[in-house]
Amino acid sequence: MSIANPTPRNIPDRLKGLPERVFKSWETLLVVVMVVIFTINSFASPYFLDPWNLSDATFNFTEKALVALALALVIISGEIDLSVASIIAISSTMMGMAASHGAGAPELVLVGMGTGLVCGAINGWLVTGLGLPSIVVTIGTMSLFRGLAYIILGDKAYTEYPDGFSYFGQGYVWWVFSFELALFAVMAVLFYILLHRTSFGRVTYAIGNNPVAALFSGVKVARVKFILFLLTGLMSGIAAVCLTSRLGSTRPSIATGLELEAVTMVVLAGININGGSGTIPGIVLAAIIMGLVTFGFGLLNVPGIVMSIFIGLLLILVIAVPVIAGRIGQRRKAQAH
Amino acid sequence: MNALLKCRELQLLAAIVALILMISLRVPQFLSLPSLGNVYHDTSILIILALGQMGVILTKCIDLSMAANLALCGMVSAMLNIAFPGVPVPLLILAAVALGAALGSINGLLVWKLAMPPIVVTLGTMTIFRGSIFLLTDGKWVNAHQMSASFKAFPRDAFLGMPVLSWLSIAAIAIMFVVIGRTALGRSFFAVGGNANAAVYAGINPGRASFRAFMISGALSGLAGYLWVSRYAVAYVDIALGFELDVVAACVIGGVSIAGGIGSVPGAVLGALFLGVIKNALPVINVSPFWQLAISGTVIIIAVAFNARAERKKGRVILRRAEAAA
Repeated sequence: MSIANPTPRNIPDRLKGLPERVFKSWETLLVVVMVVIFTINSFASPYFLDPWNLSDATFNFTEKALVALALALVIISGEIDLSVASIIAISSTMMGMAASHGAGAPELVLVGMGTGLVCGAINGWLVTGLGLPSIVVTIGTMSLFRGLAYIILGDKAYTEYPDGFSYFGQGYVWWVFSFELALFAVMAVLFYILLHRTSFGRVTYAIGNNPVAALFSGVKVARVKFILFLLTGLMSGIAAVCLTSRLGSTRPSIATGLELEAVTMVVLAGININGGSGTIPGIVLAAIIMGLVTFGFGLLNVPGIVMSIFIGLLLILVIAVPVIAGRIGQRRKAQAH
Repeated sequence: MNALLKCRELQLLAAIVALILMISLRVPQFLSLPSLGNVYHDTSILIILALGQMGVILTKCIDLSMAANLALCGMVSAMLNIAFPGVPVPLLILAAVALGAALGSINGLLVWKLAMPPIVVTLGTMTIFRGSIFLLTDGKWVNAHQMSASFKAFPRDAFLGMPVLSWLSIAAIAIMFVVIGRTALGRSFFAVGGNANAAVYAGINPGRASFRAFMISGALSGLAGYLWVSRYAVAYVDIALGFELDVVAACVIGGVSIAGGIGSVPGAVLGALFLGVIKNALPVINVSPFWQLAISGTVIIIAVAFNARAERKKGRVILRRAEAAA
């Protein structure tokens, strides 16, 4: 995170061939994990393969995944944003306040997204304008944003939302496809294009790999990072719209702990927590896997906290297993020589 | 004199004294020995945890699993107390510390042997530790009437005019002061955090140093676990939920650099006390406790901005002097 002391990275001179890239990639592993979990689940519970049940299952991850899409870019650029759940809380609170003053559904969406943008701008300014480490800044703004929600709401809640507002969290676009799922699909495509098909995306990787080299290559490092924090704020605001609409109420404790689940999703997606690598398809797969695990355990009446153990183990194992496997492989090679 | 003015710990101390004086202008009773003793007593657990977190942060790592570790060790010590009411409390504390150290060394081993990023490791173990409490108890609470009288009374017992809890935190400060400032282990934390490559050339294994820091932070979390449960006389899955961030905040306010290699025991203690004074002062000056979160958030941001400036200046001054000498 400090610009003065970049860590050297080993980037191969030549990219791997196509077959090796496909078969040895993290995304392929995630697809395999997803298929396995899907198969186990459909054997474990007869209710799993119902389209409406599966559609319900998507609500487990869509809001987190919307945030994770933007958070992924921030982490690829070598920063982190732990304040996303608190941005959701303050956005939701501002929406509740607007609703209590008689705002309609479109205004509420604007208020939610606007609050998210303002919070993202604050984070971005603190990190790029003042040059502070993002992990501490966002721990601070995490307390600050949620603290503001507590100051406004205290032990009360906003529960009155206008009629049309429930569509964003509860409506269906077509058959079993909810608005949230459709929104996530559209956003995933947009973020795929942004990260993998534009120069902005290339620059994001460059900054994550070596901010000093990126700066010397003419990249406006601070501006790119600022935009990424802004984007994360905006996506958190959008997630706040969906979540508030789905729950139909706002308490200051809304979305507590979501930042850790979003970070877990990003790490599970194969994105290097130190920046520089990772893909959007990885995020989509990780989101689906986390959703399927939560939903499958839920059908089997496993309590939420036990699921969290599983997610925690998954988080450690997905990083530990490749390392251990790589070491065993090296040892075998050494023995063969 | 100039050096004294620039000393971060003294600036923080001055800020705390100013804060206390400001509060006592509104409420004179706040500035009395028993009242300030209470503030210290109430902050003791945060101080103990901040000391452990500081060691970890010095080696350029972070331990987000401290609060979950605390909750698990607290629950285990409470359950041991129910199962074996005759076992003396110091033995239970020892068990909690040992368990905490074991859990901390899991973090340390993953960071050391598998070279995993500490934030990911401790994020994972955080949910695992907390989930394990649920597996142990089925989500049931351990309430005050189930604990033995000595279990609950121990941290509150007065010894030389102060409760044992306060004495324990003073002992922790003293031990960590010696360990961090006067032993090879403590120096190795600074070396690893300051420049890991240079540390290797100096014969220090950076992974092992981080491992030891994690073990110490785990042991202190275990101690804090017993203290928390006996002080509040209740144990359940969600005790101290989110407290790890308060601990990191205390370190940051105390001038411990998140980039590693910079920090001091007095700094971490004063950082924790700063948060403790704010927390205890709000109800006294009739501010709703709902303000606390936003205030501590603002303090964290101001503190880190302050620290960053101080660190940057330090680098420039050395260069200028070197140039002048040349």
